[in-house]
Amino acid sequence: MAQVTLIEAVTMALAHEMARDPSVVVLGEDVGVNGGVFRATVGLQEKFGELRVIDTPLDETTIAGVTVGLAAQGMKPVAEAQFEGFIYPMMEQIACHAARMRNRTRGRLSVPAVWRAPWGGGIHAPEHHSEANEHLFTNIPGLRVVLPSSPSRAYGLLLAAIRDPDPVIFFEPKRIYRQYKEEVPDDGEALPLDVCFVLRDGTDVTLVTWGAQVKETLEAADALAAEGISAEVIDVATLKPLDFDTIHESVKKTGRCVIVHEAPRTAGFGAEIAARLAEQAMYDLLAPVERVTGYDTHIPLFRLEMKYLPSVERIVAAAKRTLAAS
Amino acid sequence: MSIAATFEIEYLQYLDPEGKPVRKDFPEFTRDLDHMVELYKLMVSTRVFDTKSIALQRTGKLGTYASCLGHEAAHVGIGSAMRREDVLAPSYREYGAQLYRGVQPREVYLYWGGDERGNDFQNAPKHDFAWSVPIGTQCLHAAGAALAFKIRGEQRVAVCTIGDGGSSKGDFYGAINIAGAQNLPLVAVIVNNQWAISVPRRIQTGAKTLAQKGLAAGLFAIQVDGNDIIAVRKAMDDALARARSGQGGTVIEAVTYRLGDHTTADDARRYRSEAEVKEAWTRDPVKRLRAWLESKKAWDAKKEEAWKAECEAWMDEEVNAYLKTRAQPVEAMFDYLYAELPADLAQQREQAIALERGH
Repeated sequence: MAQVTLIEAVTMALAHEMARDPSVVVLGEDVGVNGGVFRATVGLQEKFGELRVIDTPLDETTIAGVTVGLAAQGMKPVAEAQFEGFIYPMMEQIACHAARMRNRTRGRLSVPAVWRAPWGGGIHAPEHHSEANEHLFTNIPGLRVVLPSSPSRAYGLLLAAIRDPDPVIFFEPKRIYRQYKEEVPDDGEALPLDVCFVLRDGTDVTLVTWGAQVKETLEAADALAAEGISAEVIDVATLKPLDFDTIHESVKKTGRCVIVHEAPRTAGFGAEIAARLAEQAMYDLLAPVERVTGYDTHIPLFRLEMKYLPSVERIVAAAKRTLAAS
Repeated sequence: MSIAATFEIEYLQYLDPEGKPVRKDFPEFTRDLDHMVELYKLMVSTRVFDTKSIALQRTGKLGTYASCLGHEAAHVGIGSAMRREDVLAPSYREYGAQLYRGVQPREVYLYWGGDERGNDFQNAPKHDFAWSVPIGTQCLHAAGAALAFKIRGEQRVAVCTIGDGGSSKGDFYGAINIAGAQNLPLVAVIVNNQWAISVPRRIQTGAKTLAQKGLAAGLFAIQVDGNDIIAVRKAMDDALARARSGQGGTVIEAVTYRLGDHTTADDARRYRSEAEVKEAWTRDPVKRLRAWLESKKAWDAKKEEAWKAECEAWMDEEVNAYLKTRAQPVEAMFDYLYAELPADLAQQREQAIALERGH
């Protein structure tokens, strides 16, 4: 059994699915000989050839549109956007075609494709390489939006994303690409694409998060535990469609909720969770819902980026505020 | 001076506006007059269909509609050259090509009449793409289809159509660029009708021809008289044969004219002169092929009258079928969104149904 990092788990899932299903192809900039700028596709071209691991011209629009065409004609493409900050030219093809192909043809054509993108800040990268923009996709009908936060979830969720008959946006938290290794059997077992994962049981406050922020949130739960506060931690993992039931069940138990994400605050996906708590869990809540998020600013260049990203201290303070309220 | 590269663009035309041959080496397919009559009949039925569509819109029975008046030779030429297993990725007015491939007028009416079922072609190849409204985006779908054919080793070709305006879009450039880079079986046809709504060809690009954009991408490139179906068809036949045999893609520029408004929501009198349109009518593609067929004794006024009556009856039947099609139930907006409706959406679906029932 292999001890792998999150990014190695991505590679493992791609290789597994390409071996299992000849219709799976990988395309993007530098995904071939170079194995991707983060090495997510390393070794795949050697193994599966240039016809199935395709270095495209340097044009994100081309990658996205060709992916739609491949998928609508019987292939299962996995496209790579080199960074989430370069995904914007792909959005027209994703929103206007990938997301609505099945609907607008009444099921005649569909787009079983995955768009992978390294996502989020905290790696001292240049401008446009550190965005958290998942909320731009969660508002598009017809998509699934997935954000794994551990090697095993990256493996299982990517398998599920490739096998899913509809388009999936798969954001990979690059800050924790190589944070730690985990035992991940290459058994081809997919994880469900419609559930949140409860990473830690608790009774006093529910901490809801996704992506790289799972790291700080778990550390915050440790810090709270040291002070006798029991925090439940939920990794949303699949933002769209949202498994709100798991969050709601947790809040019924704890009565308090802190939502943590690194994207800007206003209309970030945390707002959707907070709104649903207001609609459906008002009488379970003992304190106002707290959000610990990026500011409504651009993520700064890297001298300041860690001051933008939610910190353990901010999460702990927010959790304590919910406890002080009741 | 040393030259890095030189190029030229062939212009292809067989019939002049009066239907008279301008060269002797007519392609083989023109010897089959029955087939030429078949092409002509579809050009006529396309025009009857188009007239009917506009009438439907003017009487409130159709939403906004994009007319194909004047494009009949280009569109039928494209559709008739393709095999059923090939893939067509049209923009939104290539009805002549689509009718040839089996799209039914009632489906066009349904689509412009506000019903997604119009995109669920019943008789046309199931793999053909539906109308693409965001300009140029369909070119990349055709490139993706062509890439799928290459990966699977299939002898199929993907064809996309694009306007003169659309040839300014990055999606078009991206599609022909990857087709050149990957030697894909792609045929991109620029149906240059001179007007992108109100913007004329002369300020769309500084390029002398639109066809030459294909050369920049490493494809074959040719400009044809888009009102001469023989020229369109010959260029298509050659391009499809090259693509099918792995010799690479082609950009065809079919020079024609948009005789109608951009759509029924447009008024072309705001930006172009009546004189220009009148002059363009002298190059009418339907009149041209008819004159040539009549010179070959393959067509006459009596046949014309009979066929037009047949087309009218056909379109009446199609219109009736469209008008009799009831709107979809409200839950249809949910039922094709995903292969399986996520639990998260099931509640909204129930809400919509309940509202419909007055709860």
